[in-house]
Amino acid sequence: MTKWLEENTPKLVLAPSFIAVLIFVYGFIAWTAWVSFTRSRLLPRYDIEGFIQYDRLFASPRWDTALNNLFVFGFLFIVIAMVLGLVLAILLDQNIRTEGAIRTVYLYPMALSMIVTGTAWKWILNPGLGIQAMVRGWGFEDFTFDWLVNPDMAIYTIVIAAIWQSSGFVMALFLAGLRSVDGEIIKAAQVDGIPTWRIYTAIIIPSMAPIFLSAFIVLSHLAIKSFDLVIALTGGGPGYATDLPATYMYAMAFSRGDIGQAASSAMIMMMVVFAIVVPYLYSELRSKDD
Amino acid sequence: MKSVFFGAVSATALIASAVHAEPQAEVLHWWTSGGEAKSVAVLQEEFASKGGQWTDMPVAGGGGDAAMTALRARVLSGNAPTAVQLKGPAIQEWYEEGVLADISPVAEAQGWADVLPASIAGHMKCEGTWCAAPVNVHRVDWIWANADVLEANGIEMPSTWDEFNAAAEKLQAAGIIPLAHGGQAWQDATVFEAVALGILGADGFRKAFVDLDMDTLKSDEMKAVFDQMRTMRGYVDDNFSGRDWNLATAMVMNGEAAFQIMGDWAKGEFMAAGKAPGEDFLCASVPGDGFLYNVDSFAMFDVDGDDKKAGQELLAELIVGQNFQKVFNLNKGSIPARIDVSLEEFDSCAHLSAKDMGESSDNGSLLPSYAHGMALRGAQSGAITDVVTAHFNSDMSSDEAVNMLADAVANSM
Repeated sequence: MTKWLEENTPKLVLAPSFIAVLIFVYGFIAWTAWVSFTRSRLLPRYDIEGFIQYDRLFASPRWDTALNNLFVFGFLFIVIAMVLGLVLAILLDQNIRTEGAIRTVYLYPMALSMIVTGTAWKWILNPGLGIQAMVRGWGFEDFTFDWLVNPDMAIYTIVIAAIWQSSGFVMALFLAGLRSVDGEIIKAAQVDGIPTWRIYTAIIIPSMAPIFLSAFIVLSHLAIKSFDLVIALTGGGPGYATDLPATYMYAMAFSRGDIGQAASSAMIMMMVVFAIVVPYLYSELRSKDD
Repeated sequence: MKSVFFGAVSATALIASAVHAEPQAEVLHWWTSGGEAKSVAVLQEEFASKGGQWTDMPVAGGGGDAAMTALRARVLSGNAPTAVQLKGPAIQEWYEEGVLADISPVAEAQGWADVLPASIAGHMKCEGTWCAAPVNVHRVDWIWANADVLEANGIEMPSTWDEFNAAAEKLQAAGIIPLAHGGQAWQDATVFEAVALGILGADGFRKAFVDLDMDTLKSDEMKAVFDQMRTMRGYVDDNFSGRDWNLATAMVMNGEAAFQIMGDWAKGEFMAAGKAPGEDFLCASVPGDGFLYNVDSFAMFDVDGDDKKAGQELLAELIVGQNFQKVFNLNKGSIPARIDVSLEEFDSCAHLSAKDMGESSDNGSLLPSYAHGMALRGAQSGAITDVVTAHFNSDMSSDEAVNMLADAVANSM
C-alpha cells in the first residue's frame, strides 16, 4: 500500500488540476467548436449545420476589418515594443546611478489596467482636448493630429497606447537577460578591444535568444486577446474601424444574440494562437530531445 | 365584542394567507441609474402594498448585455426569473426558445387590447397569446433645438430635410455647430433611421427595416438617405467620435450646437438642467410623417409554483395599471403605453408625442425603431448598423453603401 502510494502520489496530486483543465479548457474548446457548426442564435442549439457560420464570418466586411486590424496591430505592437524595450534595457544597463528609480518609472505603466491606459490615452489623443488642442493653443493653428477620429489611422492609436503600456515590461525582461550574460565573456571581449556596439550585436543579444522568444510569446498573446484597451480607447470606432476579433466575438455573443457566429470567430482566434504557439512548442520539445 | 371581531378577522386572514400563497416576483432589469431606479422603486412599492414579495435582480452594464448574459445562464439552468426587462423582437426570440409564460387571462381581464395601440400590442403577443407587458413609449424620431440659437439666427424648426440643410448651412456660417452628435454606432443608427423615415416615408420604412425587402434596401430612395447622411456628416463637429449622447445634449443646452436628433430620453437631460420645453429648448418630430417608437416591456417567463404565478399576474396587472404608467413615465421622460392615462401632469413635448402616437396609429405610420431593437432581431439590426456607421465614418459612396447594406442583411440571416 505504502509502496503504491509512493509510486502514485505525483499522479494523485496532479489529477484534480488535470481533470479541471481537461473539462474547463479542452472540454469547452470542443463545445465551442461544436456550437460553431450550428445555427445557434440566442441560446446554443446542437444540430450540426456544416460550415455556414464560417461562410457568414468570411463574408462579413466587419470580420475582415477585425482580422486585418489584428495583424496590423499585432505586428507593430510586438516589433516596436520589443525594439523599444531592448533599447531601454541597453541604455539602463550602462551602470547609471539612478537605475532603480528609472526602472520603476518605465515599469509603472504595467501596473495600470488597460481600461485606465485606454481612458487616459483617449483624452490625450482627443483632438479637442489633447495634443492637437494643446499645440494649436501654442499658436500652430494648422497642426492636426486626429488619428483617434480618423478611421484609417485609429488602429495606430491602439498601437501607441499598447506599446506605452507594455514596453517597460519588455525592458525589464531584457534587462534580466542582459544581466544573465556571463560577465567574463564581456570582459574578455573588452580586453580584446572590441567596440561596445559589437559586443552587444555579436555576443550579448545572440545569447539572449530565449528571452526574445519569451517576450514574443507574452506580447503576441497580449495582442490577440486585446479587448479592454479597444473598448476603453475607441469603443471599436470610428464606425468599426478598430474592431479586433475579440471585440467582434463579444458583440456577436453578448449584444446581438448570435452565438454560432461568435463561436466560429472564437475558433478562428484560437487557430491564430495555435499558429504561433505550435511552432514554439515544437522547437521547445525538440531542443529538449537533443 | 370588538376584540372578538378583530380576532376573527385576523384568524381568517391567517388562514387565507396559508391557503393563498403570497405572490412572489423576481424581476430582472437594468434600470439602475438615478431616474430609472426611482421609477422601478415605484413599481416595487405598489407590488409590496398589494401583499407581494419582490425580489429585485438589477444587473447593470453594457446597455442590457450583462443582464442578457445573466438571463441566459438562469434559463439554461432551468430557473428563470418571473419577469425580465425585454423588448421588441427579443420577446419573440425567447418565446421560440419555449420559455415564456401565457398571461392572457390577466390581459383579457384588464382589457389591454382596448387601451394599447395595435402595433405596440403586437409586440406583447406571442402567437396570439399575451406574453409581455409594456411599460412606456419612447419616441425616437425627435429633433431637439436650442430656442435662443434658432431665434438669434432667424431659423424655424425645419419641416423638410432641405429646410434642415439650409438651416444648418446658415448656422455653420454663424460659427455654430449645426448638429450635436456622438459618434457611437447606435447614435449613428438613430440619426439614420430618422432620416430614412423622412425620405422613404412610413411604407418605405416598413418595407426596408421591418420586412427587409431587398428592392427597397437597394432603391434610389435608400441612396438618397445615405446622401443625406453624408451631408449631415458635414454638420457635425470634428470631435464627435465616441461622444456620449448626453454630452451632445449638453452642447445644445449651452448653445454650442443648435440641433440634436435623439429619442425623448434627451428631454430628461434638459429637464434635469432646469430648462423649460418651448422656452429654452424646442422639441419637434423630425421632418417626415410617422412615429418611431421604442417600447420597454417586461416579458413573463414560465415559472413553477402558485406563489410565483400569482406574483406574475399581479405584476402584469400593476405594470399596465394607470397609476404606474403615469408615475413611471413622468420620471423617465417617455409617455404611457396605454392611451387612456391622463396627461395633465406631463409637459408639452409629451403631449405632442401622445397626440402623434394616436394619429400615426390610426393612419398606419406608427413604426418600430430599428436602431433600438424594436423592428429586427439583433443579428439583422446589427448588420444594418455596421453599414450605417461604416458609411458615416468614412468616405464610402452611397452606391457602395446600398450594396453593402443588401449584402450585410442577406449575410445576417
